[in-house]
Amino acid sequence: MLPVISHWLTQLVIGSSLLLITAFALLKLNRYLRQQLTIQKSLVKRINRALPQTQCGQCGHPGCLPYARSISLGEASNKCPPGGHETILELAELLNEPVRGLDPAHGEFRNFSVAVIREDECIGCTKCIQACPVDAILGGPKLMHTVIASECTGCDLCVEPCPVDCIDMINQLAPSLPQTTTPYFNSLSSPWVNS
Amino acid sequence: MSALRQLASKFFGSDTVFARRTVGGIQPLPFKEDSLRSRIMSTPIPQQLTIPIGAADGGEITLLVDIGEQVSKYQKLAVISIFTEGVSDVPVHAPTSGVITSIENSIVADHSQQQQLCINLAADGHDEALQLEPQSNYSLLSRVNIASLIRDAGVIGMGGAGFPAADKLRLCGESAIEFLIINAAECEPYITADEALLRERAEKVVVGAEILKQASAARRCIIAIEDTKPDAIDALKQALKSEMNLDQTCELVLIPSKYPAGSERQLIKCVTGIEIATGQHPTENGIVMYNVGTAYAVYEAIVEGKPCVSRFTTLCGQELKTPKNFEVLIGTTADFLFELCGIETSNKQKSILGGSLMGSELGSDKAAICKTTNCLIAASADEFQAPQAEQACIRCGFCADVCPSKLLPQQLLAFSKTADTTQLLEHGLFDCIECGACDYVCPSHIPLVSTYKESKKLIATRRQDLEHGSYWQQRFQFRQYRVKKEKDQAVSRKVAVPAKPTLAAGPAVKQQNKKTDFISKEQASLDIAAAVARVKARRDEKNQ
Repeated sequence: MLPVISHWLTQLVIGSSLLLITAFALLKLNRYLRQQLTIQKSLVKRINRALPQTQCGQCGHPGCLPYARSISLGEASNKCPPGGHETILELAELLNEPVRGLDPAHGEFRNFSVAVIREDECIGCTKCIQACPVDAILGGPKLMHTVIASECTGCDLCVEPCPVDCIDMINQLAPSLPQTTTPYFNSLSSPWVNS
Repeated sequence: MSALRQLASKFFGSDTVFARRTVGGIQPLPFKEDSLRSRIMSTPIPQQLTIPIGAADGGEITLLVDIGEQVSKYQKLAVISIFTEGVSDVPVHAPTSGVITSIENSIVADHSQQQQLCINLAADGHDEALQLEPQSNYSLLSRVNIASLIRDAGVIGMGGAGFPAADKLRLCGESAIEFLIINAAECEPYITADEALLRERAEKVVVGAEILKQASAARRCIIAIEDTKPDAIDALKQALKSEMNLDQTCELVLIPSKYPAGSERQLIKCVTGIEIATGQHPTENGIVMYNVGTAYAVYEAIVEGKPCVSRFTTLCGQELKTPKNFEVLIGTTADFLFELCGIETSNKQKSILGGSLMGSELGSDKAAICKTTNCLIAASADEFQAPQAEQACIRCGFCADVCPSKLLPQQLLAFSKTADTTQLLEHGLFDCIECGACDYVCPSHIPLVSTYKESKKLIATRRQDLEHGSYWQQRFQFRQYRVKKEKDQAVSRKVAVPAKPTLAAGPAVKQQNKKTDFISKEQASLDIAAAVARVKARRDEKNQ
């Protein structure tokens, strides 16, 4: 009788301990995976902040957020022409990667520009409206369209579909802030005598 | 110390109050004697006036006159609406009578050095003025009344910032004001406009200060002036002793002559000992400050009913034969004033706007005087030399000693060079008042202030980019949502059998369609053919 009980007991102890260990491991795994997910998410968020949000799709993704997700999973970060050199630098620093030049397969750097429709040539086909990723174009079928300049991201996506080529990308220089001047004082007053 | 105080009271009188809480600062040679040698002169009316109506930081302009219109002196020409901290309207008045010839962009003697919208007025020389409405007894006016009168007169801060005076009064209404400080500390070399004004018209300034005290409901009114201006101090003391000031509403406080003592926060610290935190407005701490020139403009606006059409401007520099202070009509061009002082144009090296430390080069001598132009310098070749070559920072720490904002200029420089924005913000870059004291003492001639200005610009553009980015992202997400919703709706519509339009509704619907379809089919096909032909022609051109 005794050996049988001891056998049961051993089995019980081994079984329960196995169960406990598995449960513990599962808990740990769950926590680890959650952590990884939050890290991933915050990384995506930070990458997305660094991207210029033009939603132009030049990187091959439909929008900046999908590209940010893809970067976080290991895609190259040098496929964003509208972001310019600053974005590449920022992303390289964020991902702890060496700085690479822009991938020429995805376009080239240029200044921020805004789409402008030559309104007397527009035939009202609504193709550009459908192409605009941020709904910055206003107009109806067979009626003139126009771009709301303050909403335009300069993504270029409306230029290609236009059947009459009436959309221009116009270079929009940032409002020129006053030029900073180098200091000059009255030479007689300066504490450092000119030699 | 007491001996010093006795000595000081011997010079300044026993009732004189001193405030000596300064941080940093420098004492450059003042170069103020030349322009103080003569009295203030009112300029003759120039033939052509260029009156700036553009707001420096955007804003909306409402024109009240048209080209070709005959206007009288003091007539309202335009209203500038500025949208910072609530809407504020600043009217612009005609400085003299005449005909408006054009309204166009031109250069203004303003530190932004940008083209602004200006009204060109051809003066007819008659100087026909509108009837003014002087308020003989200002003490009967309510706070709101005074503020609206000041607003109607178009008075803005004459010290340089150009903040509408009435708006400061509105801010005063939001918190209890302990101190009203009248800023007579004109610390920058060359500028003497306020000192000259006090020397000659101190009584009017004191009355203006009293009006401001009444309007801001301040408990004490303090006129702060540097102890190196004996004539102005005497005039002020006389004015304060006069009948107008029987109940001793205003007090005089002398401060040490140390640049930049006249800066708002530095002067508040010196006079009251209170330090204003970053991002706070002095009124939140119960302090409000006005420039002497503003107090004078307020006197004119209330007691004489005169709108703000002139200001006091110093003209100096070695190239001028008779440097002096002018009461200039707004819109006078710089070269007109230079000629009044007798200038040898062949010899002139450059014109500088503002004093020698914070000034910038004047873009063109045709620049028009605006309400914030306090000084113009016609410099000779050896008076202002080109900056010396920049050398490496040797970490001497002189810049930190003189910084009036207690910043660490060399650290800021290092972070500016690496564009480390987080560190720059942590080290208080936006507390830098760009006074140029660090530039002045730097033995390596590093252009520190211009580096900080660049960094400030960089941070501003980065913030703007981030703002744009998040807005665009929001728009993009909304569009995706909208497209998905429309698709779903289309699917559900297909599934549901569309109800046949009833007979009564049918023709109406058709008619509606016809109404929107106002281009006939032939016309449309012609248009499309023409457009296609245009494209072809353009493509051919490109190919060629």
